Amino acid sequence: MNIPYTVEARPDTGLHNGKLGVWLFLASEVMLFGALFSTYILLRVGAVEWPHGELSVPLGAINTVILISSSVTMVMAWATLKMNDWAKHRLYLVATFVLAGIFLVNKYFEYSGHFAKGEGPWHSTFLAIYFTLTGLHGLHILGGMIVMAYLLGPGARLWKRNPEQFANRIEITGLYWHFVDLVWIFLFPVLYLL
Amino acid sequence: MHSDPAEVKKSVRAYVTVGLLLLVFTAVTVAANRFHLAVPAAITVALIIAATKGSMVAAVFMHLSHEKQWIYGALLLTVVFFIVLMFVPLFTTLDSIGTPLHPATAAHGGGH
Repeated sequence: MNIPYTVEARPDTGLHNGKLGVWLFLASEVMLFGALFSTYILLRVGAVEWPHGELSVPLGAINTVILISSSVTMVMAWATLKMNDWAKHRLYLVATFVLAGIFLVNKYFEYSGHFAKGEGPWHSTFLAIYFTLTGLHGLHILGGMIVMAYLLGPGARLWKRNPEQFANRIEITGLYWHFVDLVWIFLFPVLYLL
Repeated sequence: MHSDPAEVKKSVRAYVTVGLLLLVFTAVTVAANRFHLAVPAAITVALIIAATKGSMVAAVFMHLSHEKQWIYGALLLTVVFFIVLMFVPLFTTLDSIGTPLHPATAAHGGGH
């Protein structure tokens, strides 16, 4: 059975189905993270005192730079594909995957530092919301890496059969990835600096 | 969104420029934190910079600056509900259900 509108745009929406689907998914993601940001505000406003300087700003800033760079490499992976440069596309997609991995390794070191001092989510309200927000964000990074691994591995065969559909898959993966970057852009100042 | 290779080629410079600007704004955020501003001012500055960076990612990397009506419609609805969600903490502080209307009367007891 052929799934319709994977390449050509639907006449009513002007979009291929994958793109509209991923935007609706991202809308639900906005509400998911929005609920947690709202929880953060509620906890912070209700707290008698709020810890400051508990997290490593340099590590958080390095992770911000890593995610921004990965967003650039991701959009370049799509652009080079549209320009029919397969070799460069692979290079940029591998770079995005590696940068995502480095982000998680940094996060691992950050988490282990806290756990070594006995500072788990149970330690304080701040650490509870910190681990919840960054843990959920980390899971999103992991999810993105799984999709990228598929597109670098078995999923790459689609390029030969249907290059337009493969380019669309890279585009919607990119939309998801930029959203993950966007969430971190807000998480960094809210958790590390304020 | 561009799908013509020539148009995509023109956009590459914009992607790199926005990437560099995002790095500059990150440095500005960290630098602003060193001034130890009062909490309300620090929150305002940090959120303005974060919103600017977020808009750049959405407009350029996610191609929202030139998208189809359906996506704008879905996002408009999301923004409305997101704003409601952000005001939920305020509703909890305004909530008076369960608190006595006349505390003095309640303290003396109004038993049957």
